[in-house]
Amino acid sequence: MIRGFLLGGVAALSMIFAAAAAPVEGGRANVVIQPEPPGLMLGMIQNGPTQMVAGNIYEGLLRYDPSLKPMPQLAESWTVSGDGTIYTFKLRQGVTWHDGEPFTSADVVFSVDVFLRETHARLRASLVHVENISAPDDHTVVFKLKQPFGPFLGIFEVGTMPMVPKHIYEGTDFKTNPANNTPIGTGPFKFKEWVKGSHILLVKNENYYQEGKPHLDEIYWHVIPDAASRAVAFETGTVDILPGGSVENFDVQRLTALDNTCVTDKGWEFFAPQSWLWLNNREGPTADVRFRKAIMYAMDREFAKEVLWNGLGDVATGPFSSKIRFYSDKVTPYPHDPDKARELLKEMGYDGTPIRLLPLPYGETWQRWAEAVKQNLEEVGIKVELVATDVAGWNQKVADWDYDLAFTYLYQYGDPALGVSRTYVSTNIAKGSPWNNVAGYASPEVDKLFADGAVAFSDKKREGVYTAVQKKLVDDVPVAWLLELGFPTIYRCNVKNLITTGIGVNDGFKDAWIE
Amino acid sequence: MALARFLIGRLFKAALVLLAVLVLNFFLIHAAPGDPAAVMAGEAGAADQIFLDQLRERFGLNLPLHEQLWIYISGVVQLDFGFSYRQQMPVLDLILDRLPATLLLTGTAFVISLIMGVAAGAVAAMRRGRWSDTAITTAALIFYATPLYWVALMAVLLFSVTLGWLPGFGMETVGGNYTGLDRWLDVAEHLVLPALTLGLFFMAVYTRMTRASMLEVSRLDFVKTARAKGLKPGVIQRRHVLRNAILPIVTLAGLQAGQMVGGAILTETVFAWPGIGRLMFEALLQRDYNLLLGVFFISAAMVILFNLVTDLVYRIADPRIEAAG
Repeated sequence: MIRGFLLGGVAALSMIFAAAAAPVEGGRANVVIQPEPPGLMLGMIQNGPTQMVAGNIYEGLLRYDPSLKPMPQLAESWTVSGDGTIYTFKLRQGVTWHDGEPFTSADVVFSVDVFLRETHARLRASLVHVENISAPDDHTVVFKLKQPFGPFLGIFEVGTMPMVPKHIYEGTDFKTNPANNTPIGTGPFKFKEWVKGSHILLVKNENYYQEGKPHLDEIYWHVIPDAASRAVAFETGTVDILPGGSVENFDVQRLTALDNTCVTDKGWEFFAPQSWLWLNNREGPTADVRFRKAIMYAMDREFAKEVLWNGLGDVATGPFSSKIRFYSDKVTPYPHDPDKARELLKEMGYDGTPIRLLPLPYGETWQRWAEAVKQNLEEVGIKVELVATDVAGWNQKVADWDYDLAFTYLYQYGDPALGVSRTYVSTNIAKGSPWNNVAGYASPEVDKLFADGAVAFSDKKREGVYTAVQKKLVDDVPVAWLLELGFPTIYRCNVKNLITTGIGVNDGFKDAWIE
Repeated sequence: MALARFLIGRLFKAALVLLAVLVLNFFLIHAAPGDPAAVMAGEAGAADQIFLDQLRERFGLNLPLHEQLWIYISGVVQLDFGFSYRQQMPVLDLILDRLPATLLLTGTAFVISLIMGVAAGAVAAMRRGRWSDTAITTAALIFYATPLYWVALMAVLLFSVTLGWLPGFGMETVGGNYTGLDRWLDVAEHLVLPALTLGLFFMAVYTRMTRASMLEVSRLDFVKTARAKGLKPGVIQRRHVLRNAILPIVTLAGLQAGQMVGGAILTETVFAWPGIGRLMFEALLQRDYNLLLGVFFISAAMVILFNLVTDLVYRIADPRIEAAG
């Protein structure tokens, strides 16, 4: 992913040098965390900020490189049976929990089959494909699937399947277990202190199983509620790392122009956040496909990318982000073409009924974006009313289908079966949640293709299915795709090896060191 | 004794007011769109129905509203303010954790604004019409009219970013591990900007009020008498004018003190001050009902308490005033 971002090149260069030099031991990383996480027990809570901090404390069986290829973590090797239904993992030997107890296959079985099945909504959806999990010996775990599940090797990352200690949680009420406040994992850093409203402190795990790692002594996560203050914190040297989304986009350019400052938009490949406008497919003008197409033509998405997002990210071509598997660009393009939009509106006989647009209440950039879209749509004669809400109000309005157009963005988790299909399949239409098929789009053809794609075994077969589904969706425009978001991580250039995998900062700081 | 009867009467009324505040707040908060389960699920970026149901059941959100209210009130009577969904901690612990920071900030701002405001107002009144009067009244007008948020950001920009004299946020140096006196100095350094920002507005109010009130009193007959008796001007201003001009200031200071807990939301947010105002703001956005109600309750209790203190201070400032129940 090469960008026209000058500093990106500088960052890449310095990374090459970093690889050559020997890491310096010791030092402290000061990082911004926003908002303050509700807790750090990653098995219980999967909030963005929780994942970011707790990815240092907990670990999954696998990690993923930027192209989403699985790499060993707690599992050192794995094999898949010929029919794609039996996955056997060999666990690393000599791994201990932070309290000194050994980590074994019993922990894995407990974590997945008992703990996470109860607490982890996203993993639960994938676990329906699993028939049973067994542990033939202390260092072997076998997952037997009911039928092949294409993306199965993609669900072992720490945020999706964190390992939790059986000896602490077995037989207790997970939600009220006091150990939730002093998380115990196998990761490179240990929980030390949390002063609510101020900071979280993690310290080096001296007994980490990987020789010579981690390099840092401690990580301070600073809780700073105001976006402008977070920018000041970086400028004045209080923090060295601003993870993606920490500052308003209009501050990115100013901050990256500072001395000794690097920026990268790497480390989001696994999540591949994609933004779109929910279009209410049930009623109003948005129920007409010609109207939905008109919206696609009316919007100047290049402008939004260049001006509102500082050139970061990419204009979305359809339902799949270009970062995930089976992406295809052989679909109908929707360039900025107001005349075409007007034509479509005329053809359908749009009577000028005003539509309600719900911005995403996540800060200035989103607010401005809603205004830009309003302007684009009014240019072609669509009357738009902005509906202001806070986060809770936005959740409720979207979940209750009380909107015409609504901004959102969702993670795609590397595979269409994990992060894409949920938005478009008709079985996922249910009032009450803003993250399923809110648009109310229903197509038997698309349902079938997504169902086939999930259980098809060979990648070749899956590719054919997913290319077809992308074509069909792009022609039906159930939602109006905006951008594949690019979240910049801003950091001092003397922080090395900060982002090494496809989940970026969330993967923890075990490789990072400070020059 | 009159004072005892006065206090008992007031405390009884206070309890009734608090109960009314509690019930009213409860319904107001639940009338807002959105519920905590959905917000929490939203932060996690995924939820299925099982997850939402689990959350609602765990926090009693599936019960009828009147039952929730009953459970809440019977808890509060025993000083149990419930559990914060978002922060995963008992509400009372959270509030007690954060209250000292807010009291330190607002208390400092209160003292600064009162002392400096009254002093500046007195100086302006005594030098009426001269350039120092004009300077003070102009400055007061500017501080009175400028939004707090902007003042805060400008102060940070000037004193932290450009000059580097003072820390721009936080209550102490994170990871500094200072102890004893060093720690106090560190906190004091962090306190300067937020306390000044927060104090400026009220300082301006006190200045304007003191000046106006003193000018008014100095026209009264007893001041003329004092002057005719040949008392020194300084003594007249201090003993006769200022003392009689102070009552409206006491009223206002009582109001400000009452708002101390809830009034620092903006300042605490901009300066990342780990206080209760910020806690309340976050609880509001996250529809963390119990926490929000808890903070409201404490704020209301503070307002009532400071009203009571103000009434007592009246009696000291002017013994002719009889505090009535």
